[in-house]
Amino acid sequence: MFQYNEKGLKDQLLELIRLAATDLPVDVVDAIKAAQQNEPEGSAARSVFGMLLKNIDLARDESTPICQDTGTNIYLIHIPEGVSMRKLTALIKEATAEAVEKSYLRPNAVDSLTGKNSGNNIGEGQPFIHFEEWDNDTIEFKLMLKGGGCENVSTQYKLPDVGLGAGRDLDGVYKVIVDAVNAAQGLGCAPGILGIGIGGDRTSSHLAAKTQLFRKITDINKNPELAELEAKLKNDLNQLGIGPMGFGGNTTILAVKMGALHRLPASFFVSIAYMCWAYRRHSMILKANGEVSYD
Amino acid sequence: MIKLQLPVSEEAIRELKIGDEVAISGLMVTARDAAHKYIHENWPDWLNPIMENSMIYHCGPVVKQHDDGSWSFVAAGPTTSIREEPYEASVMEHYKVRAVIGKGGMGAQTLAGLAKSGGVYLHAIGGLAASLAKSVVKVKDVYMLEELGVPEAFWHIEVKDFPAVVTMDSHGGSLHTTIKANSDEVAKKLIFG
Repeated sequence: MFQYNEKGLKDQLLELIRLAATDLPVDVVDAIKAAQQNEPEGSAARSVFGMLLKNIDLARDESTPICQDTGTNIYLIHIPEGVSMRKLTALIKEATAEAVEKSYLRPNAVDSLTGKNSGNNIGEGQPFIHFEEWDNDTIEFKLMLKGGGCENVSTQYKLPDVGLGAGRDLDGVYKVIVDAVNAAQGLGCAPGILGIGIGGDRTSSHLAAKTQLFRKITDINKNPELAELEAKLKNDLNQLGIGPMGFGGNTTILAVKMGALHRLPASFFVSIAYMCWAYRRHSMILKANGEVSYD
Repeated sequence: MIKLQLPVSEEAIRELKIGDEVAISGLMVTARDAAHKYIHENWPDWLNPIMENSMIYHCGPVVKQHDDGSWSFVAAGPTTSIREEPYEASVMEHYKVRAVIGKGGMGAQTLAGLAKSGGVYLHAIGGLAASLAKSVVKVKDVYMLEELGVPEAFWHIEVKDFPAVVTMDSHGGSLHTTIKANSDEVAKKLIFG
């Protein structure tokens, strides 16, 4: 039976939150640096990328949030058999409230009926926590902070889509993604990263899209057909010229990550999770001896 | 880089054109979704001296309160502006607001309002929160904190050399319309061949 120290784990979770909010992952920083090199000297796009890189360093050095919208806190957790999900949820909530006190997170949970902010970033459905069981004798906590601007341009299509001439195949999937990114313009804080869920029902499709965003930018899809489509989409979407912040430029999208679920014969959903350039995600592995490692 | 000191005159604002880079200093106020809804339902007089010839910043900050009760901004980038499209033109005209600062641009109603009442839309860089918080040198006051919560309260702030770009001006120019027209063409080719 997997044991852990509750106080110790709460502090370790707080550190995971701090990292996610203030320390942009290396693969994302590398992609932004590469994008900067791909814009002409003196262009607005190049200047924007320069400011983003400075902001990334400043946030890391001073341990302050990269973006004031510290977003929906999305946890994907793998547990060994027998670990209580309720207890882990309670610890995550405790760490979340403490992270708000330390100004790592903004109080971001608003009662939809009364309009009242809960003040501690905790509320119905917030944070969002998804558990899965695995065979390892460790607990893995993956955390992503996804802001409202990019969530608002995330969307879902159902195929066929007559207006776009998009049928029930990968060519149809391609077409709706182009349409979504064009509609988003700079509103999702471009350049974005796309998580795509193909198939499933309305709920599982969106979850699949978001789960794709836990892959590193450098990760190559194991399915060769999807790997090819990811590369093609990245290339083609960058022809749209929307650029960073929608100011115009050569980089509109940093990466596309796709996954597929089985679907009903009647349904063919394509879910598009648009992530902003402030692609904040980190993970933590807790071993049985209480040690943790962060990535 | 054009330096703008607040309060700013309508004439100075009408000289600005899309693409101009500005650095803003002086007193401005944050207001976003709940604040705009509140304004439209109440049109409070107390906002007159705060907003006249000043700017509205679409921002929901991360803040820190010090032991003496004073506040500072920890993270303070712009939020998406288009959600205020139903309100902004009339708010700017009513209070003589000379600019809104946000991200993503705004629509036709606001663009027409900028021409009518003499204003511009200033685009700050989304996600530049750590850097932009440094431009907020003082939190002078906060209004309706209890009712609206931290992200949505009216924060009356003093900024110094706050960087932004004019993307909508008082002459009908909008960078967002130009970029969109171009990307629509490319998207059409990619989708329909």
